[in-house]
Amino acid sequence: MAYFSQQLINGVVLGSIYGLIAIGYTMVYGIVGMINFAHGDIFMIGGFVALITFLILVSIGLTFVPVILLLVLLVAMAMTALYGWSVERIAYRPLRHSFRLAPMLSAIGMSFALSNFAQVAQGARVKPVPPIVTGGYTLFERSGFAVQLSNIQIIVVITTLVLLALFTYLVSRTRLGRDMRACEQDQTMAALLGVDVDRTISMTFVIGAALAAVAGMMYLLYYGLVDFFMGFVAGIKAFTAAVLGGIGSLPGAMLGGLSIGLIETMWSAYFSVEYKDVAAFSILIVVLIFLPTGLLGRPEVEKV
Amino acid sequence: MSAVPASSAAHDDILAVSGLTMRFGGIVAINDLSFTARRGEISALIGPNGAGKTTVFNCITGFYKPTSGDIRLTHSDGKSYVLQSLNDFRICKVAKVARTFQNIRLFPGLTALENLMVAQHNALMRASGFTLMGLLGMPGWRTAEKAAIDLSSYWLERIGLFDRADEAAGNLPYGDQRRLEIARAMCTEPALLCLDEPAAGLNARESGELNELLLSIRDDRGASILLIEHDMSVVMEISDHVTVLDYGVKIAGGTPQQVRDDPKVIAAYLGTDEETALAVMEGDA
Repeated sequence: MAYFSQQLINGVVLGSIYGLIAIGYTMVYGIVGMINFAHGDIFMIGGFVALITFLILVSIGLTFVPVILLLVLLVAMAMTALYGWSVERIAYRPLRHSFRLAPMLSAIGMSFALSNFAQVAQGARVKPVPPIVTGGYTLFERSGFAVQLSNIQIIVVITTLVLLALFTYLVSRTRLGRDMRACEQDQTMAALLGVDVDRTISMTFVIGAALAAVAGMMYLLYYGLVDFFMGFVAGIKAFTAAVLGGIGSLPGAMLGGLSIGLIETMWSAYFSVEYKDVAAFSILIVVLIFLPTGLLGRPEVEKV
Repeated sequence: MSAVPASSAAHDDILAVSGLTMRFGGIVAINDLSFTARRGEISALIGPNGAGKTTVFNCITGFYKPTSGDIRLTHSDGKSYVLQSLNDFRICKVAKVARTFQNIRLFPGLTALENLMVAQHNALMRASGFTLMGLLGMPGWRTAEKAAIDLSSYWLERIGLFDRADEAAGNLPYGDQRRLEIARAMCTEPALLCLDEPAAGLNARESGELNELLLSIRDDRGASILLIEHDMSVVMEISDHVTVLDYGVKIAGGTPQQVRDDPKVIAAYLGTDEETALAVMEGDA
């Protein structure tokens, strides 16, 4: 029981990170109907920006951890959002009215471009950081196994919850959210009502990238390392999460993220660590066979 | 912007289409069409199926770039815009032209209220200081948001949907969706409202309500309306001016009465020549 509780905590934390990345996939799919394969690498860039900002702040002598975390978060979000915006502007917008596969191929190219850029600019080796947030609580102890909840785990989950609340508010209550949903349903009509569709799409990429940056920073804090290749696997997992939850659905992305995180953690804990990815993807296949639109996806409605 | 001083002669015309030609490959959909729509009036564009009416609308609202010709819109302050050189959202934002479609194009997943709010994008955009201030909840934005809700409520009440404001637009009955679409177009505060077959699929009672709505839009809001319609009870009852198209060419224009008595128009609708049409008309009398 104690062991299970511990794995539950670990799974939820990992799932939160996947969920934050998955939202970016699902939002972009909702509004432009393409899979942004470069999104995983945007997450990786977010991790690197967080690392660099952290090192700069420490080297100028800042030691108060909450301030460091807040500054790192803001800088990472801003810089990564800029990357997200540029990727859309350079690689996707010119292909908007091209054939369906063109932006997807462009996205795969962008993914390689970003990871190679990080490899060349930052080196290919894994970059570790010393633990920034330490300490934690022992929740309970049973038959010699102590269930730990570390401070960093609390930070990850709380940050995710706060961002989700903000983001849900943004989409459901604000002008931008309304415009985004309108563009999602009928871009031509939205343009005829005076909505600048290109700008709305840009904002979608910016928001998705900012959320991925938060995930990147959380990853850095949680695992204490970044490398140029981490965007690939995390990106594929998050994409799986988005599909599992029902692509295009925002609560679905979060639910999918949590599911993938839990499956992976539980499988590693009870069966074998080597096969954890096999487990995650097998479950995806099974779910898609029985629920082709994912857990919370709506069936595709034919447009007239 | 493409604002140029308007010529004084055309001051009464809100829309002046001159020499409009639209070719799709070898097919000439519209051939050298010229007509005007007057400010504060309801102008109708009629013609048999395939006459090119919707193509004209698509040229006016920027869907098609005309092969040649000129579409000029003049605001009441004298500023005029060349519509074929503006693209997508600027047609609405700058030139203030709104349109509806033959088949309803509401945002089905948004509520009735949200549909009307999206249409007020530009007013809210200015007030929200391009998103940033809106996110911070600045007071200016709150006032603007409230004004937008007030305008939406006004229109919802006007079309009798106030009680269903929070229902998804796609779940409303067909007739309500039609009126909601017109209300949404009006929420953009257009100078010219283009309606593509607003009465299509409506029953007699509903199209009577539509007539009242359109007349009140003209009289109370001072909007100019350009209308494509097959339902003659709508066209004849509410239009101030009718232009008749056939095979992409204007064959008649005038008041509803003049057009109704024009043998060329009858001939086009019956698909015969003028003599047969005259014979039919005499037989009628």
